[in-house]
Amino acid sequence: MSTPTWKNPIVQWVDHRLPIVTFLDHAIVKYPTPRNLNYWWNFGSLAGVILVVMIGTGIMLAMNYVPHTSMAFDSVERIMRDINYGWLIRYLHVNGGSMFFICVYIHIFRGMYYGSYKEPRELLWIIGIFIFLAMMATAFLGYVLPWGQMSFWGATVITNLFSVVPFFGEAIVQWLWGGFSVDNPTLNKFFSFHYLLPFIIFALVFIHLWALHTHKSSNPLGIEVQGDEDEIPFHPYYTAKDAYGFGVFLIVFLGFTFFAPNFFGEPDNYIEANPLVTPTHIVPEWYFLPFYAILRAVPDNFVDIWGILPVIIPAKTAGVIAMFASILVLLVLPWLDTSKVRSAKFRPTYFWLFWLFFIDTIILGYIGAKPAEGTFLLIGRLATAYYFLHLVIFMPLVGKYEKTKPLPDSISAAVTAGGSDAKEGS
Amino acid sequence: MFKKILIVAFVTMLGAGITGIKSSPVQAAGDVAHPASQEWTTDGLFGFFDRKQLKRGWQVYSEICASCHSVRLLFYRNLQEMGLAAEEVKKIAAEAEVAAGPNEDGETHNDGELIVRPGKAFDKIVSPYPNDLAARAANAGALPPDLSLMTKARVNGANYLHALLTGYKDAPSGFKMSEDMNYNPYFPGSQIAMGEPLSDEGVEYADGTKATVDQMAKDVTAFLIWAAEPELEDRKRMGVKVMLFLIIFTALLYAVKRQVWAKLH
Ligand code: HEC
Ligand code: HEM
Repeated sequence: MSTPTWKNPIVQWVDHRLPIVTFLDHAIVKYPTPRNLNYWWNFGSLAGVILVVMIGTGIMLAMNYVPHTSMAFDSVERIMRDINYGWLIRYLHVNGGSMFFICVYIHIFRGMYYGSYKEPRELLWIIGIFIFLAMMATAFLGYVLPWGQMSFWGATVITNLFSVVPFFGEAIVQWLWGGFSVDNPTLNKFFSFHYLLPFIIFALVFIHLWALHTHKSSNPLGIEVQGDEDEIPFHPYYTAKDAYGFGVFLIVFLGFTFFAPNFFGEPDNYIEANPLVTPTHIVPEWYFLPFYAILRAVPDNFVDIWGILPVIIPAKTAGVIAMFASILVLLVLPWLDTSKVRSAKFRPTYFWLFWLFFIDTIILGYIGAKPAEGTFLLIGRLATAYYFLHLVIFMPLVGKYEKTKPLPDSISAAVTAGGSDAKEGS
Repeated sequence: MFKKILIVAFVTMLGAGITGIKSSPVQAAGDVAHPASQEWTTDGLFGFFDRKQLKRGWQVYSEICASCHSVRLLFYRNLQEMGLAAEEVKKIAAEAEVAAGPNEDGETHNDGELIVRPGKAFDKIVSPYPNDLAARAANAGALPPDLSLMTKARVNGANYLHALLTGYKDAPSGFKMSEDMNYNPYFPGSQIAMGEPLSDEGVEYADGTKATVDQMAKDVTAFLIWAAEPELEDRKRMGVKVMLFLIIFTALLYAVKRQVWAKLH
């Protein structure tokens, strides 16, 4: 790409000193992109848009929110009732959170299906997982702020998890609490972190995009770009496609915001926090449910069953380890997957395993919302075991033994010859 | 080799699951009656408030429920937004006594009595009890919860409220009732500390509507839907406009996208 010359003298003046216009021209105008990206490739830019929406609405909420246990709940209701369009701002922020997770989950599954995480995009993927972790932390902290029953009890359950850290557990929990239980200092601390983390996510997204732009997007065929005929400039092709996707997304997002704003919420959170009354079921927000199921899946007698283990791990510790492991294991997915072929399109066995894994996570989510007892617990355990089985055992083995289908010669050969893949790009 | 690993893994998984199941007691699912769905004017894309019904609902609340339940998030002025006339709101507020705050001598109490003044539109609707302890003391230890968010704070809130208010029955024979409790199959555990608050002709509606228990339950629930989501009507009206715009806008964007991509093939 040659550096363009700018006609507008002001642009020229600025660009000579700070090549920001050239940068943008490279990054989102001329940026060469595979010509065959399908709509699953829309979700990255959608996630970026929601991040901006979340920061914008969040800053406006913070202008009227009071991080004090005796005022937090009422200040949120004041926003809902007495601040001009406060209800809109808050419902956008609340539903935006859910939309963010929907987009990022689709984005992650897209990566898994098309093997996007493989060489040379491992770091891109790993940064993505860090973004995901930061998002989870942000969402958890944010959920505590309205100081409803689920805020309080969710915070109590989750902060207690850190007590399993060897040696420092108690100290960490007390530091998080700023005392000996979830209370005002906790709420203050959480508000501070909840304000901070989105900006860290913002920075991570830039690093994510830096890595992306180094090797460019992968594509549904999972083969590398071989020449100009495989690529099209980002603008106008993908700007137009992303804009259309954005329109559809807004219909869904604002549909919930205006017509079912509490669809993803828990009624109990409209009851003010009360440390003396424990809700019958403490359930986290829907996007944590699969991980919550894994947390609770580890049996009390874990140690008996796995008597071979050299050290004794209490069930609670094992549950916490399993939960964190279920996310952290994704960091090494690029190496667990031994297949040379990226896209599931050309991997007949992996295709099925992918969908089984997908269903498994849905089952985990369902189980996470149910009490951990009886059949639910059993299913939760099997689904947890399958989760790890898939990632740690099946991924390496399938890569080795699977007979993959022949790959097309090039993207343009596959999509322009009128072949069956032609529809991919449109 | 692959198969063997699979089988071993599956068997261990099953083992883990079954040993776990033995140690966890299977709890009977709490059998709570399922509330029947009612029609609410606030339902659906075009949901709106029936102002007449809200007025009736307020009447039920203020004449019956308000002796035990607060709506502490509401101000008297909100009643005007609900549809009462400004004069009426002034009158309602003036009937309440609110703490007048310290007088010029810095006293809040006079001979142990709180110094009060008549309420104004800008005051919060006065709660029946000064605090939770007083509320419990007056209700045999049970706490009548604040109702301002009630329809949002229960699953299927509006239908649940209606079912609860109309669902009082004699306890089935063999059901062990605790002291001071009332049988109501819609309440978790089927016993509720609140006595049946509604009875036919419990209020006399100014608009001539017949005050049956069902009617009053619907009206007071409609009022509480409004109390919980006073923005509901504005929200839905705005939503319809936004949706119409977005559908046209997105159709245009789709056309643009098609146009742009048509050059490629
Ligand atoms: C004599 C006092 C009294 C009156 C009058 C009264 N309630 Fe109650 N109410 C209570 C008490 C006490 C409870 C707590 C019940 C419990 O926890 O078992 C309660 C609980 C409730 C609940 C909560 C149920 C739940 O799911 O937790 C609702 C809703 C309710 N009342 C609505 C009303 C409405 C509407 C009216 C007016 C039509 C009304 N109440 C009149 C005393 C009263
Ligand atoms: C704040 C959240 C995130 C934002 C804003 C974001 C943004 C983006 C954008 C704009 C793209 C390019 C468009 C696309 O391919 O969809 C992209 C690509 C990618 N992202 Fe993300 N992302 C986020 C989170 C994640 C997470 C959590 C992961 C995985 C764990 C991830 C993994 C990837 C990968 C592997 C690609 C390259 C896909 C390919 O080219 O095949 N991202 N991201």
